[in-house]
Amino acid sequence: MTAFRKTLTRVSLAVAGAAFSCAAMAADITGAGATFPYPIYSKWADAYKKETGVGLNYQSIGSGGGIKQIKAKTVTFGATDKPLKVEELEEMGAIQWPMVMGGVVPVINVKGVAPGQLVLDGKTLADIFQGRISKWNDAAIGKLNPGVTLPSKAIAVVHRADGSGTTFNFTYYLGQVSESWRVNVGVDQSVEWPTGIGGKGNEGVANMVTQTDGSIGYVEYAYAKQNKMTYTKMINKDGKTVSPDADAFAAAAANADWAKAKGFYLILANQPGANSWPMTAATFIVMYKKADKTEDSLAALKFFDWAYKNGGKMADELDYVPMPASVIDLVEKTWATNLKDASGAALWK
Amino acid sequence: MTTAVVEPASETSSILSRNRLMDALLRSLTRAAAIIVLVMLGGVIISLVDGALPAIKTFGFSFITTESWNPVTEKFGAAAPIYGTLVTAFIAMLIGVPISIGIAIFITELCPRWLKRPISTAIELLAGIPSIIYGIWGLFILAPLLQAYVQPALIATFENVPMLNNLFAGPPYGIGILTAALILSIMVLPFITSITRDVFETVPPMLKESAYGLGCTTWEVVRHIVLPYSKTGIIGGIMLGLGRALGETMAVTFVIGNAHRIHSSLLAPGTTISASIANEFTEADGVMYTSSLIALGLILFVITFIVLACARLLLARMKKSEGRHS
Repeated sequence: MTAFRKTLTRVSLAVAGAAFSCAAMAADITGAGATFPYPIYSKWADAYKKETGVGLNYQSIGSGGGIKQIKAKTVTFGATDKPLKVEELEEMGAIQWPMVMGGVVPVINVKGVAPGQLVLDGKTLADIFQGRISKWNDAAIGKLNPGVTLPSKAIAVVHRADGSGTTFNFTYYLGQVSESWRVNVGVDQSVEWPTGIGGKGNEGVANMVTQTDGSIGYVEYAYAKQNKMTYTKMINKDGKTVSPDADAFAAAAANADWAKAKGFYLILANQPGANSWPMTAATFIVMYKKADKTEDSLAALKFFDWAYKNGGKMADELDYVPMPASVIDLVEKTWATNLKDASGAALWK
Repeated sequence: MTTAVVEPASETSSILSRNRLMDALLRSLTRAAAIIVLVMLGGVIISLVDGALPAIKTFGFSFITTESWNPVTEKFGAAAPIYGTLVTAFIAMLIGVPISIGIAIFITELCPRWLKRPISTAIELLAGIPSIIYGIWGLFILAPLLQAYVQPALIATFENVPMLNNLFAGPPYGIGILTAALILSIMVLPFITSITRDVFETVPPMLKESAYGLGCTTWEVVRHIVLPYSKTGIIGGIMLGLGRALGETMAVTFVIGNAHRIHSSLLAPGTTISASIANEFTEADGVMYTSSLIALGLILFVITFIVLACARLLLARMKKSEGRHS
């Protein structure tokens, strides 16, 4: 009996200890949302924790999930690849801002075609993903690639099976450049695909394209680069052929006029500029204007500020593109004018 | 017992009352446990129906018959996932059941003693593998093999056979309905096998030995003694496997191709109810989208319920007819 009682005491002590340490860790910043920026957020969080001792608890559950969580107020910030419309933000009483950028890249698997060898334009890409162009040696592809011999092989289209911000940015671009895409398929995080097979996540699409001869898919740039996949070049809005790389994403971002975009609602697809990659995308943070818990919201802002100022190099390493200094200025001004603490005073000074 | 008689009456009654108290406690505790199950089941049904209500109101019965699943225009139909769920489960049983029964017969009737243990352990291990592992294995190993060898062979073989050429048509993606069904058949195998093996072992040795004594071959013993004796148990095992096949999510979503389309070819990509829910729930914005996904869940619930009810009915019938024979 005494042994039992002793164990009981020990267990209850351990439980109390765990509860106490949980209380001590409550300073962690909580956020949820997009999977696309998860690698860079966790890298930043790691470095930030070493510097300040404040950790980040980020659940990469998808943009839609992030919006649901912030609406339910279970997290301090939500993260989404699909920016919320101004009306929706006003209805929520929230603001959003872009945090970091990246690019969506078409990847192919055609025997004898090297990375960057094939060139596509928006309309051709839209036609391929609608099943209107179904063979690799179609005249429309051949016209853009005079020097490349393409097989008479059926094109296997691979798309995302799960709802995704990547899909939103990809379909948004196709909707911009192709009337029939906009009318027949539309723009969303998941759409009714006219053709093809669905892979789960970026890795699912990357893997299926690598395995299937004659396939085409779209993934985040980092996946294409890390898996050494055969990406295609694209013809951009200015009619110039560009390769997907950080410079091309930055060029697209530099042209974007964030100052005029109300509520930072701006999608970087199909930007003008000779060097702009047409499928560049920013990922956004959403927070309520009025902080219920001043401490938590301020901790989150401090982290974002730190990431803006110190996170550029880490972003480069992971093939993301940091926001330009002018945009960071703009974002922090927005914080200062819009965000209020629990008592109604300005949160960010 | 003798000491109890010697003890004073007051002590006996205190022991008795304590026993009574213990019994009452046990009864109420176990009853509470049973009631919790019912309450949870009720809660699940209520929340499913409640969540699915907007979709049911908007689409009505056409929800089940419509193939189109369009998140952009928010028009949803469940025909493709329902079709995929039923077809993959059916093919999985078609492959899995004979193999499972074969394994069970081998283990109980023919297997040398030293091999019995390793095979049984291997099957139990198969049951313990998490479904995500099956999914990854299916995607990285099985699908490329099917794509390179099996599917082209199937397409070539049945090219000129009417009906079958529709079933095995079209570009070999490696993934699709057939691949998902194959993975499922491997996954249901351990469940059906271990249950059938257990019921085969309950067949009285006397019956089997008598049959052998009469000069029956092993096949005749299995066919006329073992199988009839244990058919109730076998059906129970099959139903358990079917339940798993209908509800399996992770492994299926990796290899089925996740396309909301109904195609006559088994090599074409499709989707199942649980795969659709798992893929799309996190990103489902808008009431109608979420509600349609919950409605899919409700349909799966109903399908599983029907399967279980059918199994019960079948078992009840069999018991009745057995009673008549004896």
